Amino acid sequence: MTQTTEAPAGNAVGQSDTPTRAAKVTSTFAKALNAALADAMEADPAVLMFGEDVGPLGGVFRITDGLTARFGEERCFDTPLAEAGIIGMAVGMAMNGMRPVVEMQFDAFAYPAFEQVVSHVAKMPNRTKGKVRLPIVIRIPYAGGIGGVEHHCDSSEAYYAHTPGLTVLAPATVRDAYFMLREAIASPDPVVFLEPKKLYWSKEEVDLADLRRTFDDGEAPRRIGRAVVARAGTDATLITYGPSVPTALAAAAAAAEEGRSIEVIDLRSIVPFDDETVSASVRRTGRAVVVAEAPGFASVASEIVARVQERCFHSLAAPVLRVTGFDIPFPSPKLEHFYLPSVDRILDAVDDLQWED
Amino acid sequence: MSAVTNQGREHATGSADAPALQSTDSALLPSARPVQLVDPDGHHTPDERYPSPSDESLLGAYGRLVAGRRINDQANALVRQGRMAVYPSSHGQEACQVAAAVVLREEDWLFPTYRDTVAVITRGVDPLEVFTLLRGDWHSGYDPYEHRVATQATPLATQLLHAVGMAHAAKLRGESTVVLAMCGDGATSEGDFHEALNFAAVFHVPVVFFVQNNEFAISVPLASQSVAPSLAHKAIGYGMPGERVDGNDLAALLAVLGSAVSRARDGGGPSLVEAHTYRMQAHTNADDATRYRSADDVDRWIPKDPLVRMRSYLSGLDLLTEDGEAALAAEADAIAAVIRKGLNTDVEINPAELFEYVYAEKTTQLREQAEQLCEELARAVEPAAAGPDSAASRTEGNQR
Ligand SMILES: Cc1ncc(C[n+]2csc(CCOP(=O)(O)OP(=O)(O)O)c2C)c(N)n1
Ligand SMILES: [Mg+2]
Repeated sequence: MTQTTEAPAGNAVGQSDTPTRAAKVTSTFAKALNAALADAMEADPAVLMFGEDVGPLGGVFRITDGLTARFGEERCFDTPLAEAGIIGMAVGMAMNGMRPVVEMQFDAFAYPAFEQVVSHVAKMPNRTKGKVRLPIVIRIPYAGGIGGVEHHCDSSEAYYAHTPGLTVLAPATVRDAYFMLREAIASPDPVVFLEPKKLYWSKEEVDLADLRRTFDDGEAPRRIGRAVVARAGTDATLITYGPSVPTALAAAAAAAEEGRSIEVIDLRSIVPFDDETVSASVRRTGRAVVVAEAPGFASVASEIVARVQERCFHSLAAPVLRVTGFDIPFPSPKLEHFYLPSVDRILDAVDDLQWED
Repeated sequence: MSAVTNQGREHATGSADAPALQSTDSALLPSARPVQLVDPDGHHTPDERYPSPSDESLLGAYGRLVAGRRINDQANALVRQGRMAVYPSSHGQEACQVAAAVVLREEDWLFPTYRDTVAVITRGVDPLEVFTLLRGDWHSGYDPYEHRVATQATPLATQLLHAVGMAHAAKLRGESTVVLAMCGDGATSEGDFHEALNFAAVFHVPVVFFVQNNEFAISVPLASQSVAPSLAHKAIGYGMPGERVDGNDLAALLAVLGSAVSRARDGGGPSLVEAHTYRMQAHTNADDATRYRSADDVDRWIPKDPLVRMRSYLSGLDLLTEDGEAALAAEADAIAAVIRKGLNTDVEINPAELFEYVYAEKTTQLREQAEQLCEELARAVEPAAAGPDSAASRTEGNQR
């Protein structure tokens, strides 16, 4: 086994958005999303926020906290309880010059809106040869790891990723949460914005005012369609996104103690997919494991495996493996830890990458 | 109370603590009989609530009615000739089609369905652009912003929510736009229908929901769709007025829809209008209506034909002369000729366009796929230059 020098963990590699500061200011993922919404609404009066309980309450996860008070109930408001209604209305508003951001209260409660998403949000620009653009952001608190009961923990990304016309994003860091939401709202294309619930309370040393200045000055590097090397390494690549990024980073740290240098790619953007960054990494390391929380069958993880083997076949020393959720409905709170990709399961997969050959 | 939503109701402090019904609530119910201003024989049947449209506007709309019928006939013929994949005809419903378009102003929006081709053309959209969908060279052929006509919706009732969003945005922007959204009787069973009415009422936005009750959803009769006293009765459940109108009476349609549009424009909020009409032909040319209804059923509606009725009425008042009628027929023929000529000319299709409008900017993957298709096509036109392993020679091989 090769001994390697370790690159710094976390977001340091490939990121240089914020000038380093002496003062220790921290923010949570949730607060960064809240700030991104407020800053986008401040910057553009066409940006509206609506959904269920997003008004005075600020959303069940408080992501829209304070927006109604600050921008008025015409710009951040509660709708009747009907998800197709929320997204269908957003379509009409976007046709009339608005940039609606809508919140689906939980992943599984976005399903009533599926027809509007698939048949209209995704297809309207294509149907009209680009005459009608739908700059809509569908925010979805998503995935498990929070001990949620049934219908509150689904990883629904494959449904959206399989639908041409949708951009599908899943941030994993506080900084990305801010910049990616701003970028999503500014995008001319509809975006499904997946917010890993279990990361809402994660913290980073960031000054949100700095992030705002960086974004407003156009100095934030593009993130849609761009994966990032979250941790550099030389022996194998873990390809992951959203809620599984911290788990993959922890696995890479543990592997380092065993003397293996593992690179972690945080996709950030599921669609468009950054083949270039992913393939470059796997060609360098020669081994790869895809880590994702959704059931593995016909999943985004499967797609990544296919793409990697199509592009990197001659660089691969072992088949590309997957660590995903089992092909079962998301389990109850007391059982979810059996289901979720864990550090151990990832390390086992890394061990299985035919090192002895 | 929210500024963006409807007037909240006062909660009565009665023993049950439930809101007391207001005496005006029953005014939301539709008329006992569909509003009619001209009976099937062409006689004026005044209704004090709905003043008759002016002779001038009736005559103008009648011209569109003649053209509408001609468009339906022409489109059916083009399907038979194989120039169009399919056509959901509005034969028998042309009065609804024309009225829906002419009651709107330029700044208003129309949200039509697949059956509302005549309404879309009446609103001013180029017929050849409209038929793009059905001839099959793209999903929608017109720019919705040009005449403020949304794409013709196929997924039932989904467009009603878009109409609500359009109106909601217009209201927030202080525009005087009214949105007229069309659907069929069957579509009123869809969830989106209910969500759209509820959202429109709660946000108090200027939308007129216009249901053409033609008694069938493909093969399923209205009785299997709803047992409500009428479809217009659904309005009161959302706190908006519902009205019923004779859907084969152009004058009544203009009056009732016109009043609903004015109400919406004046800040009165949404309303629902149900037109009682009949689908005289099969659902589309691909459907066999004899499997679910008899010729007698259809024949009963022949005397109620909207065109004949309006012609009798206008002729009876000496507003329509033989010359006038001939002039309208010639105009309709001219439109049909344009449609015929356009659809008999093959349009050039550009397969590279398949990848153009999926995202504002092509993704790397779409660029690769576009190149792949482009190469395949290049090889197909140069079979001589192709080597033994080329796709072109493989295709030839397969054909042998
Ligand atoms: C969501 C959805 N389900 C099913 C269909 C297939 N479909 C097309 S038209 C139609 C009947 C609709 O009847 P109605 O609303 O009365 O309109 P009409 O065709 O009579 O004008 C059906 C079932 C569809 N287009 N959309
Ligand atoms: Mg019908």
